[in-house]
Formats: sequence, structure tokens, C-alpha cells
Amino acid sequence: MIDDNTPDIEITELRKLTQVIKDKYDYDFKDYAMSSFKRRIKRVLDLYKFKNVEKLVSVLENNPDFFEEFVSEITVNVTEMFRDPTFWKVLKEQIIPNILLNHNKITIWHAGCSSGEEVVTMCMTLDEMGALDKAKIIATDIDTAIINKARNGTYSMKNMEVNSKNYARYQGTRSLEYYYKEVNGEAVIHKSLLENVSYRKHDLVQGVVFSKFDLILCRNVMIYFNQSLQNAVLNKLHESLFKYGYLAIGSKESLIWCEIANKFIIVNNEEKVYKKVKD
Amino acid sequence: MRYNLSNKYKAIVIGGSAGSFQGITQILASIPKDFPLPMFLCLHRLKHVRHGFVEALSIKSNKVIAEPFDKENIKKGGVYLAPANYHMCLELGNTLALSTEELVNNSRPAIDLTFESASYVFRDKLIGILLSGANRDGAYGMMKIKQRDGLTIVQDPNESMINAMPNAALAVTKIDHVLTVNQIVDFLIELDKLYKIS
Repeated sequence: MIDDNTPDIEITELRKLTQVIKDKYDYDFKDYAMSSFKRRIKRVLDLYKFKNVEKLVSVLENNPDFFEEFVSEITVNVTEMFRDPTFWKVLKEQIIPNILLNHNKITIWHAGCSSGEEVVTMCMTLDEMGALDKAKIIATDIDTAIINKARNGTYSMKNMEVNSKNYARYQGTRSLEYYYKEVNGEAVIHKSLLENVSYRKHDLVQGVVFSKFDLILCRNVMIYFNQSLQNAVLNKLHESLFKYGYLAIGSKESLIWCEIANKFIIVNNEEKVYKKVKD
Repeated sequence: MRYNLSNKYKAIVIGGSAGSFQGITQILASIPKDFPLPMFLCLHRLKHVRHGFVEALSIKSNKVIAEPFDKENIKKGGVYLAPANYHMCLELGNTLALSTEELVNNSRPAIDLTFESASYVFRDKLIGILLSGANRDGAYGMMKIKQRDGLTIVQDPNESMINAMPNAALAVTKIDHVLTVNQIVDFLIELDKLYKIS
């Protein structure tokens, strides 16, 4: 990181970039949080050895094939199974049992599912509760390549070490090994575990509300948006929840600043689980 | 004048890793409750331990220390600690932004990210302080602070329990002051006085 050959990226350059993307590809990055978006763009410049944003803009203008790759590189795909083990305990012991108290089915949306570790985690949790067959799960992301990776359910064994540590902290009733088979240095999740999951490409920013859910997980996704976009996305998440459905966000995210915060109550402040109480 | 004192500064960033806990505790115990500048602390910490660090730092601190939420507004004189497993960055428009991006220098939170983003927002009105630590996180951040005409201070490598981090910064950029923790405290108290008379 000490190499510093690329010049500072100016905000005017980023505006030009987001405008070109909007016009040509109909993706809207203009309300992404500036500090992280700028860093992601710098990362793309370094990765492809583009000398400045102007060069990136011209590649995007002239080479539509590059766009999907660009989206993959600027989205943040860092995730773990059972990230925040205490959160998963709360889901298992309080939230999911509460939903199943009144319904025989549970519908779940992973909004911004990335490579799918959280989806796998959810299925393991439901399985341990004996509730997997009651669940219908939709997992979406803006990035086509990462959706395919999630659908594959195959993870590097190297990552399973941290996942196993998280699982131990979560105090699962089995072991992670129960759920996958090791093939050529990779952990292949048993297909039966992910049977009730459907993976789709969906853009939270511009996509429409497509269904209603009992539980939405959107953890550490909105942190990449500015406040006005957070507001807009929260409106969509609200609309996508049944009344008395639950929304889980990242442990250091908050709805306090959002305009429709009063349509939710906080159910677990430590793990940031909210409940929709008003339409 | 011993230090480059000025009341133009708007914020302070402090980075530390192994061996910095004592120093940061002493700084927080010594600055007055109404110290006017916001301080952003990025200290390497265990990724999976969310609790206990703020409490430990708070024991002797005159200031309330907060682990901010994403997009939290920056308060005058507020002290903000980068939460476990998140990068903490400064955003234009007086807010903080958190991120779960890749580890940087094997760290999350990474000092380089806090420092770089703060220097982008505060330009020459930023003071960067880098304490003891075992890797080179913070060196790039200090370089950016200097490039944007901010003030750079490192803990004296002779005093640092582990001097790799101050040395890495000294190797890549001009450091305005090489100070012991006592001198850093002295500097901050002088700075505080200057703000109160002007």
C-alpha cells in the first residue's frame, strides 16, 4: 500500500464516472458512500494498471464486456460463516422461534448475499432447529459472478478455519464438517442443505420490491451507501417485510438517522435486529 | 517554540498497535474533558471481541469514548474508537463511515484507512499521531497526512515498546515531531491552551 503512484481521485472525476455508468449501463453508484467508493475505484485503477479515472471511463464506454468485471471488483465481498456468532444465537433462540410461533412457514431474504456464507449459515441454523423444510430463502446480490459463486456453495478450506472458530463461539450442536465434503482443498456444501434457496441477481438501489418476507438480513451492505441512499433502500426493505417481520443489519449500523425509523422497533439492540411495527 | 502549535487544526487521528495501550491510556487520562478537537483512534484489536476495549480505555479517560455507528455525525471534542472488525473512515460532510472491506496490512481496522480518509477530509488541518506497533500500518497514512500538509507526530522509537510502526513512518515520510508519550501529552495540553485563549 506504500506505493503511491496514482494521483488523488477527484470528486468531479467520480461524478463523471458514475454518470457514464448510469447512462450506459443503468446502474446508479452516485449515492455510494464517498470514502469507500473512492477506495474501490482506486483499487480498480491499481488492479488493471489504468493510469487515471479518465482511462477507466473510456474503457467502460468502449468495452461493455468489462462492466460485469468492474462491478465485481468494486463491490465488497468479504464475509464469513457465523460472522458475529452472538447474532446467530439470537436468531436461533429468539427471532426464528418467534416467527414460527405464528406461522408454519418462514420466508427469508438475504439482501446483498455476496459469496453466500451467510446463506449457508442460515441453512445450518435452520437445520439445527429442525426448521429447514419450513423455510423459503431468496439470496440476492448486484454482482453476477459472486451470485454464481454463492450458488456453487464451494469455499476454500483456508477460510473454513475462521468459519469453524465462529461456529464454536456460536455453540452449534454439530460441527461444520457435518455440512460439507472436502474436495481438492475446497469445502463443498451438501446440496441438500441449500435446496430451499434461490439465488438471483438484484440491485438494491434500482431494483423493485419483488416479494414479502418474515425476515430480511441486510448486514453491512448499507454502510457502502450515503445517508440519502440508505433512506431509500430502507424504504424498500420496509415494503418487503410483512408487518411484524424482522430486519437484521450489521452490529455497527443504525436506523436512527433514517426517516422511517419510527416504523420499526428495536428487538435486540446489541445485534441490531429490528421489527416492522407500522406499514 | 518547541512544537508547531496552531489553532488551525480541526481533528486528531491516533494509530497504535502492540505496545500502544499504555501510551493511549496516558494521553486520554491527561487531556482535559473539554479538549476541543475530535479524536479518531484506530488501534489494532482482536477481530471477534466486540466488547471491553472502550471500557478499558475509559477507566482513566476524562473523555467519553465511543465506538461510532456507520454515518454517525462527528461531535466537537468527541473521541471515536474504530470498532472491532470494521475499518473506520472519515467522510465529507462531518460524518464517519464504517466498512468491512478486505484487511489492509493484515488489519481491520487499519490505521492507513482512518488516516488517509481523515487527511482527505481535513487536509492541512489534521494532526496524525502514530504510536508503538509491530507492523507498518499507518506509514502510508502518515505520508498522506504530510502530503496534504497536516502535522505528523510519532512516538519516539526509543521509548516505543515495539518500534516497527514509528520507524516505518519515519522511513517513508517527513515526521514533524518525534516525541515521548509525556511530550505528546505536553503538546496536546499546549494546544488546548492555545484554543482556549484564541
